[in-house]
Amino acid sequence: MAVRGTSKNRRAPTGADGEKSTARRPRPADLAQGCRTFLEDVRNRLSAGELGAVPVVLGLVVIWIIFQALNGAFLSPRNLSNLSLDIVGTGLIAVGIVFVLLIAELDLSVGSVSGLAAAVFAVLSVRNGMPEWLALLIAVLTGAAIGAVHGFFVARVGVPSFVVTLAGLLAWNGLMLYVLGASGTVNLDDQGLVATLTSYYFSHAAAAYGLAAVGSIVFFLASYQEARRRKTAGVPSRPLREIAVRTALLAVIAFAAAAVLNQFQGLPLALLIFLLIIVCLDFALRRTPYGRQVFSLGGGIEAARRAGINVVWVRISVFMVSGTMAAIGGLFLASRITSASQTSGSGNLLLNAIAAAVIGGTSLYGGRGRTWSALLGILVIQSIASGMALLGIQAAVQFMITGGVLLAAVVLDSLTRRSQRARGRA
Amino acid sequence: MVQMAAPLLRLRGISKRFGAVQALTRVDLDIRAGEVVALVGDNGAGKSTLVKVIAGVGAADEGVIEWQGRAVHIKKPHQAQDLGIATVYQDLALCDNLDVVANVFLGREISKVGVLDEVEMERRTRTLLGTLSIRLPSLRAPVASLSGGQRQTVAIARSLLGDPSVVLLDEPTASLAVKQTIEVLDIIERLRERGLGVLLISHNMGDIKAVADQVTVLRLGRNNGVFDVRTTSQEQIISSITGTTEHAVSQRKSEAEEDELWQ
Repeated sequence: MAVRGTSKNRRAPTGADGEKSTARRPRPADLAQGCRTFLEDVRNRLSAGELGAVPVVLGLVVIWIIFQALNGAFLSPRNLSNLSLDIVGTGLIAVGIVFVLLIAELDLSVGSVSGLAAAVFAVLSVRNGMPEWLALLIAVLTGAAIGAVHGFFVARVGVPSFVVTLAGLLAWNGLMLYVLGASGTVNLDDQGLVATLTSYYFSHAAAAYGLAAVGSIVFFLASYQEARRRKTAGVPSRPLREIAVRTALLAVIAFAAAAVLNQFQGLPLALLIFLLIIVCLDFALRRTPYGRQVFSLGGGIEAARRAGINVVWVRISVFMVSGTMAAIGGLFLASRITSASQTSGSGNLLLNAIAAAVIGGTSLYGGRGRTWSALLGILVIQSIASGMALLGIQAAVQFMITGGVLLAAVVLDSLTRRSQRARGRA
Repeated sequence: MVQMAAPLLRLRGISKRFGAVQALTRVDLDIRAGEVVALVGDNGAGKSTLVKVIAGVGAADEGVIEWQGRAVHIKKPHQAQDLGIATVYQDLALCDNLDVVANVFLGREISKVGVLDEVEMERRTRTLLGTLSIRLPSLRAPVASLSGGQRQTVAIARSLLGDPSVVLLDEPTASLAVKQTIEVLDIIERLRERGLGVLLISHNMGDIKAVADQVTVLRLGRNNGVFDVRTTSQEQIISSITGTTEHAVSQRKSEAEEDELWQ
């Protein structure tokens, strides 16, 4: 899924032979040819400065190889399964950050908002005895409302988002401490709804394999259907063998992940939710008019305004997405430790979430990025953290390495932007 | 002045004031179908202000705008668009990160049950570019990777999406290299062949000589002459722009109007 191309990056078929072969079934020779066109596509995009997910996937592979070489337990099913749970909370927050970065803004309040949402949920459900589903809903809506407030000040009043959300970082953290009150820590019900979010596994092997199969099949059918429609409409379409190669790649990754998860406790519910949210929001960003508006704001706010887009509303809505995702992420983080405390949402949670989005390939300059980058970025960060913990290396070193990776990602982002500018002038 | 079919767009006595500055004073302008009218003038002559009046970005204080013979009010950009007036602004209104198709359809996306119909948009973009004989390397590359001339052609193609009758082009060839300028001028000629009225704002006499039918000169916010390009020398137009000779016809006309006002 990581290397899956986007419709934006689709190139015209390389030649007439690319179109004729679509009627045939993929044979080994076709597959080899498909691999070649795929690699050619990757190479062209690299030279065009459209790196996409390639660097972060390579980086992830390198990190995994290094840690596996240093400690054989790193790629064990137990460690990878735990890793798949550890990424969810911060990863969900990073998905919201992707939205904000796409319109070239910043949200520094997500850590505090996630802590506040956890506190709101804990206090309502545990202390006030409210049904868990209602408390959960209120906690998520709190995040959305906070996002709307930030968005109002940014889009309507015109205060830089950096400052608005910095104020939010302080204020919402203060509100969380106020909500928690004197005792400071609220333990959640071990068997409750929120605790189940990160403790439930679909232990039957069919669940993980089924998800992998459904994902691959849906991806293939969607790509195939699109290619057919494009062919009928007479616009360039992706050759069938290229679709086959992409699907095969996705299937290999998905089934490998499923096999690993099944060797431990099965498919974690939290991971399933995380993936579903990523897929849905990715669809919303790339295939709906709303998503197009979000991207257009990152590419030129004046152009968007002249095209008749309601710029104020789109900006507010993006901050609402960010606040909502922060709240949901906060609930998953609270679920992982089955408590909400005064330290919820503090520490380097905020920085990890932003770093995840950027490391995953979302541009700090706006207008370029995908929700998948949240998954890839947080995988890199948590892999480093997990590997360091296994090796017994202190946090200090871990911070330095994560900092180095983040710097590398931002440098790459800047270079990409520069090369695109240069080509634009050419 | 050349008399042809009734104008699509007729401006009469347009005046606009920004505080103490009188930007436009009783300006007249006619745009006919299948005709390229060049609007020229020195910096600060009021060209951009006049374009904004027509495009509905900044309404005039006084004056009448007639569209196909009936008086209309253009107070908002979408009112101009609804009439069939498209505007291509000088600073390209394109989103660099979006591809050609997305830019052409920005704000007017085709969607089915809330999902973008990329195939249909790409098909229509191809058709549109094809009718203008615009050739681009890829419709799916971000427009940031296109040359200045190609970006300008995308901006013009985009303005044609609503099937307008009049297109306003604000300095389309400024900051373009020679070859790219030729591409853009070719497209302007194709717009004329398709029967559109084109208002071309330009500083470049060469461009005007190449594609315009008529030249309307603005000087200090007033009409300073309307010329037929084929029969007027470049020097005459330039002297009208710089004001080294007052243009007798417009001078007399504006005096006559002043008399009318007094009566």
